Amino acid sequence: MNGESVVFWITAIFAVVGALGMVLSRKAVHSALWVAFAMVNLAVLYFTLQAPFLATTQIVVYTGAVMMLFLFVLMIVGVDSSDSLLETLKGQRLLATLFGLAFGALLLSGVASTIALRDNGLDVANGDYGGNIQGIAHLVFNRYLLAFEVTSALLITAVIGAMVLAHRERWAPRKTQAELSRERTFTSQVTPLPNPGVLARHNAVDTPALLPDGTPSQASLPKQFRETSHEDEAAKEVTS
Amino acid sequence: MTAALIGLPLFGATVLLLGGRRTNAWGHYFAVAMSASSFFVGVATFMSMLGRSAEDRTIETHLFDWIAVGSFQVPFGLQIDQLSIAFVLLITGVGTLIHIYSIGYMAHDENRRKFFAYLNLFVAAMLLLVLANNYFLLYVGWEGVGLASYLLISFWQHKPSAAVAGKKAFVVNRVGDVGLSLAVMLMFVTFGTVTFSGVSAAAGNGDATSLKLIGFALLLAACGKSAQFPLQSWLLDAMEGPTPVSALIHAATMVTAGVYLIVRAHAIFDLSETARTAVVVIGAITLLLGAFIGTAKDDIKKGLAGSTMSQIGYMILAAGLGPVGYVFAIFHLLTHGMFKAGLFLGAGSVMHGVNDDVNMRHYGALRGAMKITYVTFGLGFLAIIGIPPFAGFWSKDEIIKVAFEQNTLVGLCTLVGAGVTAFYMTRMMTMTFFGEARWEKDVHPHESPSTMTIPMIILAVGSAFGGLLLLFVGDIEAWLEPVTGFATSTEAGGMAWLMPTTLLVIAAGVAYAWNTYGRRPVPVVAPAEVSLLTRAARNDAYGDAINEAIFMRPGLHLTRALVWFDTKGIDGFIGGFAALIGGLSARGRKLQNGYARSYALTMLGGAALIAFVLYLVRL
Amino acid sequence: MNPNNYLILAGILFTIGAFGVVVRRNAIIVFMSVEMMLNAANLAFATAARTTGTLDGQVAAFFVMVVAAAEVVVGLAIIVTIFRTRRSASIDEANLLKY
Repeated sequence: MNGESVVFWITAIFAVVGALGMVLSRKAVHSALWVAFAMVNLAVLYFTLQAPFLATTQIVVYTGAVMMLFLFVLMIVGVDSSDSLLETLKGQRLLATLFGLAFGALLLSGVASTIALRDNGLDVANGDYGGNIQGIAHLVFNRYLLAFEVTSALLITAVIGAMVLAHRERWAPRKTQAELSRERTFTSQVTPLPNPGVLARHNAVDTPALLPDGTPSQASLPKQFRETSHEDEAAKEVTS
Repeated sequence: MTAALIGLPLFGATVLLLGGRRTNAWGHYFAVAMSASSFFVGVATFMSMLGRSAEDRTIETHLFDWIAVGSFQVPFGLQIDQLSIAFVLLITGVGTLIHIYSIGYMAHDENRRKFFAYLNLFVAAMLLLVLANNYFLLYVGWEGVGLASYLLISFWQHKPSAAVAGKKAFVVNRVGDVGLSLAVMLMFVTFGTVTFSGVSAAAGNGDATSLKLIGFALLLAACGKSAQFPLQSWLLDAMEGPTPVSALIHAATMVTAGVYLIVRAHAIFDLSETARTAVVVIGAITLLLGAFIGTAKDDIKKGLAGSTMSQIGYMILAAGLGPVGYVFAIFHLLTHGMFKAGLFLGAGSVMHGVNDDVNMRHYGALRGAMKITYVTFGLGFLAIIGIPPFAGFWSKDEIIKVAFEQNTLVGLCTLVGAGVTAFYMTRMMTMTFFGEARWEKDVHPHESPSTMTIPMIILAVGSAFGGLLLLFVGDIEAWLEPVTGFATSTEAGGMAWLMPTTLLVIAAGVAYAWNTYGRRPVPVVAPAEVSLLTRAARNDAYGDAINEAIFMRPGLHLTRALVWFDTKGIDGFIGGFAALIGGLSARGRKLQNGYARSYALTMLGGAALIAFVLYLVRL
Repeated sequence: MNPNNYLILAGILFTIGAFGVVVRRNAIIVFMSVEMMLNAANLAFATAARTTGTLDGQVAAFFVMVVAAAEVVVGLAIIVTIFRTRRSASIDEANLLKY
């Protein structure tokens, strides 16, 4: 048992636990956290694989940026929206288990039995240009320059695509301040609307505030969360 | 010059067909002019040919390369030689006379212009047939005359019988045309060329089997076009067409194309004894069969049609006898073209006079009412039965003589044929012009207009003196010899008894017919109680019934079986297969359930499968 | 330390990710599962870099990360759009494209 083995076994087990936790969690937020956990462990494994650049990127890009993006979207969609674990498609779970086990078993037995890998180590490669990052930079800006340039096009396309998809046309002209104040003054709701989550068990954006008499107030929710109250969702779960 | 022969009538046909009703007023004169100018061109060509020596008389005109595919070279070339010019003069000469006759005959027909267009078309096609310098181009003319014949037989298509007769002629001719196309293909395979000169030159190189097959195929073609046994049945029905058509196409010219074909391909037949024997047998059978049918027909045109079959049988028989017979086949063809056209025109004139009635039992004693017709028909009658010195005597007598020299049995056939010919022609003559009048009530026989009588007179003159002119002035044997070859018989002198015998047989036939029909009254309604033979002859020797039993019924059953197989078997299989695919697809469609997770599951299964396969092959 | 262990770990993570894609209905969790599969692939790439003694595998993993980032951006945008119209993040709800 050298140091690498110790680190590997601990992080490997953590990573598998994280992955399983992602699949088995009922709530999306929990899944996201499990994924972040597994990814951090993977970053540690990259260190043992003599890839410090990848390890850093893994933490910065994946756990830092991508997973945070996931959490933002979860905020929009509703932090509390939990998945029913009841399967609706007939035979889906059974077949998925069967195929998953078969695929995994075949993959692992194949890896274990047929490939005898030599551990060449990256000491030489990392040392060629004075470090791992320098070595990767050399490859990216020489041999893989074209691919690198193409990824820039891919990224800009993705950004524009995301903007186009998330964009909504304004159908009515923007209301002026005068209109807004008039609206507010001459409707029944003079006071500001309650914020979501006030006095409730969650402060998530999709949790309605509780009124003094204990009834949830739909008016406290942003528009896209109204109507689909917790009661409705619960009813949906039962029927499905 | 040669192209103009064909071009003039073709131009006439084109103008009349494309010009439409605008040409109604002058169309028939135009057609006559085209035909006549073609005749004059023919005469001019003939004159210039006379001025040259025998070897230089063939003129080949190469118009353009028609088909050039690899080694298959067919020129669009015309060839005019001693044989062709004889046909050209016959076709354009008789053709022009019949054009003139038709002006009177078709005067009251509203489609007269179309009729003349078709006649011009026929003349052009027939000229192409006899002027082509290769068998392929000949085939074009061959089909062209077939088309014209079809159009003209069913000219009065408002009569179902005419429409059916045209179709029948077309279908039966098609059998013969297959023979011709086979012959052309075989010639190309065997000799590598389809030109007349090429085939003649190369005929010696062909093996016996190929020559025999080509000969049989040509004979089949000749049988179809010339109404020879066993393809004779269409000619009798073809009499549904207008009488000038019967005279021009189904007596004088088109039906003799088979004889032309055999004589033209003499190089093949010279070398194949078997093919020649087959030709003689077919000719002999048809000669007797046609005469047999002619004896019992009450329809004047059908009687003449049987006679035509019989006379062409003579020609085919003569052509089958080889070099000793080719010249006489053509000689008889020319004389027959004149006297038979004259007879048909006479029959047309009689019909014209008795309200288009064709039944001879309603005629009788017409000689007083139709004097010119009587005389011209009589001259034709004398010519066909072979009374010297009229045309038929010279040609038929030569054939009988040659036949006896070659084979006594064949000779006897021709002799009997001559006797029967005398019988049925005398029967026709007496029933039409002698005896007492058996006219229908409102019939007032009258002589035809001069447009009709003048051609009849000219043809009658030809019938009377044509044979003499051709044999002694024209010396047809020497004239045709460079083209067809001519061999005089070795024992020419030993047949002195033959001519008196022939005349005796003819006299017996005439006497028997006169005894039966001239001296006793002819019943107006054909007697029903007749012998089996008479009944057979009235039914065209059961030709249609035999065709129906041998070809039509089995064909019908075969077709029904095929249709059944097609609907039940093939359609069933295809339809069943389609239904199977459709059913499977309808079920397979359910896999597209819209759930992305199902698709992902399928992919996962596929990935597992691929991993399994990779594991098996240890990659 | 046998590099096969890393590959086996990658295989396990990949299989779990695939399983997650197939059984979970929340579109965001499905996406996370996809990310997990991509990470497993990255781990295999990094292992390959070590066994071959070259850095090409690490560069490949780097490119995978770039593509994954782009994919996440667009994918999440799609999820948000679908949520707006159907008020649900379940991928089973979006099943109109069928027979």
